[in-house]
Amino acid sequence: MRMVGQRKWNRRTAAFVFLLPAVLGLIAFQLLPMISSIFISFSDWDLLSKWTQIHFIGWTNYVEVFSNEKSYTSIKNVFIFLIGYMPVITLLGIMFAVLLNRNIRAIKLYRAAIFVPVITSWVAVSIVWRWLLNGQSGLINYALSKIGIEGPIWLQDDHWAMVAIIAVTIWKDIGFVSIILLAGLQDISEDYYEAANLDGASAWSKLIKITIPLLSPTLFFIITISLINSFQVFDQVLIMTNGGPAGATSTIVEQVYRNAFQFNKMGFAAAQSWVLFVIIFSVTMVMQWLQRRWVVYER
Amino acid sequence: MLRKSGAILLVAIMIIISACGSNNNNKVESSPSATKSPEPSPSPSPTASESDSPSPSAKPVTIKLLTYTANGQEETLKAMVEAFQAKNQDVTVDYEVVPYADYDTKLTTLLASGSEPDIYEVGYENFRKYAAKDLLLDLSPIIAADTSFNPAIYKKLAYDAFNYNGKQMGVTESFSDVVLYYNKDLFDAKQMKYPDASWTWKEELEAAQKLTDPKAGVWGTYAPIQFYEFYKTIVQNGGGVFDASGNPTVNSPANVEALQWMIDKASKYKVSPALNDDTFNQPDADLNAFLAGKIAMVRFGIWNFGRFKDAPFKWDIALEPGNTQKAHHFFADGLVASKNTKQSDAVWRFLKFFTSDPDSVSKRIAAGWSVPAVADDAVMDAYYKQTPPESKKVVIEALDSLVLPPVGPKPEKWGELQTAVVEQLDKAKLGRITAQKALDNAQKSVEALLSK
Repeated sequence: MRMVGQRKWNRRTAAFVFLLPAVLGLIAFQLLPMISSIFISFSDWDLLSKWTQIHFIGWTNYVEVFSNEKSYTSIKNVFIFLIGYMPVITLLGIMFAVLLNRNIRAIKLYRAAIFVPVITSWVAVSIVWRWLLNGQSGLINYALSKIGIEGPIWLQDDHWAMVAIIAVTIWKDIGFVSIILLAGLQDISEDYYEAANLDGASAWSKLIKITIPLLSPTLFFIITISLINSFQVFDQVLIMTNGGPAGATSTIVEQVYRNAFQFNKMGFAAAQSWVLFVIIFSVTMVMQWLQRRWVVYER
Repeated sequence: MLRKSGAILLVAIMIIISACGSNNNNKVESSPSATKSPEPSPSPSPTASESDSPSPSAKPVTIKLLTYTANGQEETLKAMVEAFQAKNQDVTVDYEVVPYADYDTKLTTLLASGSEPDIYEVGYENFRKYAAKDLLLDLSPIIAADTSFNPAIYKKLAYDAFNYNGKQMGVTESFSDVVLYYNKDLFDAKQMKYPDASWTWKEELEAAQKLTDPKAGVWGTYAPIQFYEFYKTIVQNGGGVFDASGNPTVNSPANVEALQWMIDKASKYKVSPALNDDTFNQPDADLNAFLAGKIAMVRFGIWNFGRFKDAPFKWDIALEPGNTQKAHHFFADGLVASKNTKQSDAVWRFLKFFTSDPDSVSKRIAAGWSVPAVADDAVMDAYYKQTPPESKKVVIEALDSLVLPPVGPKPEKWGELQTAVVEQLDKAKLGRITAQKALDNAQKSVEALLSK
């Protein structure tokens, strides 16, 4: 008995020791900053004042988040982004997943190729796309001119800049989405299709009755992740348009960054990021609720 | 097995601990001030280091320096620091160069954590911000006590730029301004007179109309539409972002007229590239276009002289044409000391040396690192002699009509103020709203910003 107890204790200690570096990192770089950001969000800290000079100003920052025109614009822009991004990436993702699920020559090469943008840095990708999307000398507009379309000055035009950002983000994320969906597809047992074939089911009803329901857990994951990522759009915006022109691509995280590090309004930025947290949290909760209604789990 | 290795580990730990302990003891016994000075003190008398501070030359000190203008001039900075250390054996300067794009964020973080360097470099706009936050050391008493120092060695304007509410809180290190560059060959080809100090917008436009050649892709004149260009151009028309008492006047008739002129050059007169020309909105596109001989007249900072040293055409500079009056950008970079520095004596010696000592200034000039802000023409002669451009004295003449960045009554809002105005300039530039409407909006935003 004693031996068993000791072994258990030893294993717990070992687990604790092995976890310690990660846990310490989590506490120091995630948990503590999160907790202190709650306090900061109720203060007027400007990064330059010492702790003793900070005033706690109650809900002022939060009130400003909801009265500040720029905050509204950035939240509105994120929803515009979502509306453009979500349906397209989901449909394209399914399409690419089905295509990549084929048993053809060099399929692994295609799978790798579509994943390359995912592992490329946003900074490098954004800079290249800025060239491609150049209104006068960019490749995109050159290609459009060949089929008789005069392309807009994408990133300098407040009507088109967000469209360009959405398109580039889809291009970059499509690999991730379709690879995950591909895994989901491959997880569906062949038996269902064989049975369906025996019953003489059409391709359409196989898709609706077998593939989509059994893919729904994966789809649910993809949609949730894409939602969260959409709310946090930042890198591409900062580099491709810097939130411009005339604020047309300003997003929530972009505003948080600008307020915190360029305008020295740390308290306000912390309040903004907590509002963002609440938005993401509620959306995820809604998704969880929806999950019970349409996600089908095997077994 | 396990037990054995555990025992070895335990012994090892004990040895390390005891070693540390005895080390500590030794230190404490030998000299109580050991933690303060890094060198083992030869005379371990406790009174010398603790109570009365000894003569400053006796105790070696290290001061930290953070700079951004030295980016690309690291060797020059090193030489200047070494020259200083040679004359001040007791001081070691520990410097760090950070690119401009990251400088503000880095410095702000250092300040936020209370670990800022003893000396750091700031531009005029940020100087106001930091001075207002009471982060800088007031040098006035040190200057008053230093009999060997005379502020007249600096250009007065540049020196006074680092005076905040009557307190000298920094020393100007170098300055720069923006002037009109022109391509002589393009003027010669049309047998036209070169721009001179008498030119106004009218003469500039007339010349630009003659020089513009759409077929060859040559533009008569160019200036970007952005905040810095805006605040200077409105002064050239007698306007300004603030009136004398610090109230915003963004939508004054003079300002609206000036913005209209900036837009008209491209959209009405077509002597400048189209405003939505993407290529001209890329970084350095205007510099490259001038270098390719595609722009006849353009407003550039004097820090670009080096770029056109080997241009395949003749070029020179002139004062910028204004409308009702002349106005030129003025940018001053200076060194400030942290309020928390413990080495104010060494810091002051370094500030003085770095910004005005002939030994340091000559190195700066030889390397073409901005213009030192010293008043002595003998020192400046070396700078004037470097050509092109031939009319190098224009750099100094421009200072007679300088415009400081309109930081306004609340320096801490400077970043937000810029962003608010730029957003409206963008809308006017895109043709979504009129110049009048854009500046009305900007006026409202600036008023709201300052009322908070």
